[in-house]
Amino acid sequence: MARRVVAISPRGGIAAAALVLLLILAALGAVMSRAEVGAGLSPSDWAALRFTVVQAVLSAVISTICAVPVARALARRRFFGRGVLVTLLGAPFILPVIVAVIGLLTVFGRAGWFNLALGAVGLPPVSIYGLHGVVLAHVFFNLPLATRLLLQGWQTLPSERFRLAAQLRLTPFAAFRAIEWPMLRQVLPGVAALIFVICLTSFAVALTLGGGPRATTVELAIYQAFQFDFDLGRAARLSLAQLVLAGGAALIALWVIPPVSLGSGLDRPVQRWERGGTARALDTICITLAAGFLLLPLSAILWRGTWGLAAVPPVVWKAAGQSIFVGCISVVVLGVLALPMAGWIASSRRGGVEAIGLLGLSASPLMIGTGWFILIHPVAAPATLALPVTALVNALMALPFALRIMVPRLRDTVQDYGRLSATLGLRGWPLWRWVLLPRVRAQAGFAAGLTAALSMGDLGVIALFADQDRVTLPLQMYRLMGAYQMEAAAGAALILLTLALGAFWICDKGGRWHAEA
Amino acid sequence: MKYLTLAAGILGASAAYAETPELTVYTYDSFVSEWGPGPAIKTAFEAECACTLKFEGMGDGAALLARLKLEGERSEADVLLGIDTSLIATAKATGLFTPTTIKADYTLPVAWEDDTFAPYDWGYFAFVHNSDMTPPKNFTDLAASDLKIVIQDPRSSTPGLGLLMWVKAAYGDEAAGIWEGLADNVVTVTKGWSEAYGLFLEGEADMVLSYTTSPAYHLIAEEDATKSAAVFDEGNYMQIEVMGRLAASDQPELAQQFIEFMVSDAAQSVLPTTNWMYPAVTPAAGLPKGFETLSVPEKALLIANDDVPALRDEALQEWLGALSQ
Repeated sequence: MARRVVAISPRGGIAAAALVLLLILAALGAVMSRAEVGAGLSPSDWAALRFTVVQAVLSAVISTICAVPVARALARRRFFGRGVLVTLLGAPFILPVIVAVIGLLTVFGRAGWFNLALGAVGLPPVSIYGLHGVVLAHVFFNLPLATRLLLQGWQTLPSERFRLAAQLRLTPFAAFRAIEWPMLRQVLPGVAALIFVICLTSFAVALTLGGGPRATTVELAIYQAFQFDFDLGRAARLSLAQLVLAGGAALIALWVIPPVSLGSGLDRPVQRWERGGTARALDTICITLAAGFLLLPLSAILWRGTWGLAAVPPVVWKAAGQSIFVGCISVVVLGVLALPMAGWIASSRRGGVEAIGLLGLSASPLMIGTGWFILIHPVAAPATLALPVTALVNALMALPFALRIMVPRLRDTVQDYGRLSATLGLRGWPLWRWVLLPRVRAQAGFAAGLTAALSMGDLGVIALFADQDRVTLPLQMYRLMGAYQMEAAAGAALILLTLALGAFWICDKGGRWHAEA
Repeated sequence: MKYLTLAAGILGASAAYAETPELTVYTYDSFVSEWGPGPAIKTAFEAECACTLKFEGMGDGAALLARLKLEGERSEADVLLGIDTSLIATAKATGLFTPTTIKADYTLPVAWEDDTFAPYDWGYFAFVHNSDMTPPKNFTDLAASDLKIVIQDPRSSTPGLGLLMWVKAAYGDEAAGIWEGLADNVVTVTKGWSEAYGLFLEGEADMVLSYTTSPAYHLIAEEDATKSAAVFDEGNYMQIEVMGRLAASDQPELAQQFIEFMVSDAAQSVLPTTNWMYPAVTPAAGLPKGFETLSVPEKALLIANDDVPALRDEALQEWLGALSQ
């Protein structure tokens, strides 16, 4: 396979990657510069590391494996409400932790619907608290994301392949092996690595559903070191361990992705010829189970929130405005970082560089926030920079998602159209304008939607920087809870969910607008 | 546009600075929220100080202290309001605070002697439960029962740390045994108070670690009398919330004036129904209606401020050991 078959300049990508590295390393350096010298990790830190890795591996593997049949079913079937369901797949992921946890507990908790149902048929209640609860919650967050990413994989399969398979009367298994399996081999490792890294920085979910200090994660230890002990040295060491773990996992995963092209088609709408009744029944079961798992906790949030809407005070709406502002800036920053980086990665032979993108997600928000606070404080009041910094950090955190979404598509485009473009002498902006952007448009829209939604729901950095006038919606929601206003908080959570889903939907749809081909 | 406003704001602020002095008070989030005491205190104090009072809200007491340590002497803060007695020793060790003399007739159950920090409100930690159940009488009872409780993590929350100190103050060397007994009662441990209280209201546990004054919120603000707080016969641990002046403050007189204002009737009468704690000095008009229904522990427990840091490490190890089984 030829290298550099397309004239995507790597300069923009290298600059973006360097900026990401700089943002993280400068923060880490700043924290270290203020730390007293210390060495090593304590036994309890090692225990936290072990627990973190175990739950993250389990969550990643289970989410990814369960997502395969669900995505496959969604790719093959057309039914009423499919579009809504696909959009709602974005929902769990963007919920503030506490909202999602309470939603999950309404369904799976001690007094939840699931246990009520068990009790009704005379079965003993099941406790959600423990490692299984942590994994359940992480699957709730990430199964939908994995499904969406895999669904994208399916959408890149040319429809001609399926037609050929039908003409050749391939058995379902043979068709799966010939068409879908090579695509999965490309997509699965990246998805699993992404989820692993997301779960690596879990804190409140793991602690609350883990049922106690057995479920101590590295992120909790970092929080304790920063906020309670003010042991910056320990915080820096733990952050570094987290970065190394995430970076290592990402490198391995991205390295095993085979550089194969699935071939191009004429972008005809996919039509499927499978007629098997069993397959249809299995698909129906998969979709129903996944939808139930996803929609029950969401409807609990909706139900609670609707009651709380009347109690929502005006400050919440102001905070909503701030959140929208942060979301918009994040999307712009993300575009500037992600597109050149994705182009660079797509035209390199191996995707190892994408690991740099994952570092932004794996760095503890508290570490980045504190580090930049230390850097900014001598020159400016950190509160005045609260929203730009939040937007920047959010874009950083969304970067790995954007890369994971766009790189496979760009890689295919480079494989399929690179020679032609090179022959025509297309390079620089015209190359992006006429070849790359049109083909990556749907993916870019999805990535932008995810970023907007994610940054609206984020609570990481803003909590360190915000003052009275610069409060985002999730922060305001926590303040409501802290003032016993649980109902109003539920209402605020519903507003947040609606806004985030709205932003997600607009970007996602925008990417596919006029794209009937 | 945003940046223009921002720049204008910064310039404008420094111009206005010369005319009206500004007092910056660092406090926790819920103090400054619309339902907290912040807005009323600001209005009342500004009416008598000819100054601007600026509250900066962030996280909880521990987060406040961490922020001050990060900022060091460059901090804009003149007053810190909102740490409790368990953090006083740590706060003093930073050397960022300056002594404050203050005269007030505190109505605390314990004598107050501290040269740097002054109390503004206080409460008893207690397990809050639905009124229709019979609560246990002490930790031993609780451990023997099959009641489920939600508590906060002492590594990330001040009430969680308070519970640790409570068991230590009541049982001393036997604290580890109590925690082993409690292990099967603890449904889960949360990051902070909000999460725990939210889970309790969702019905995830029979009792939650909160304050004896929590039922007052439900009674007065929601006219809901279904919540009670359990009084334990070994005593309930106290949380005394305090404030102090920063040595690097550029408004020392104003800071002193604010602290005196906070223990005056004007501020003290606001606190009970906004911060949902007992005032440090009972106002002349007495406590608001509804507070008389609250259960009052017969014994108030409190570990001496200076003993907390050493005991905390020991108690944390016991807690981790017992609950990690």
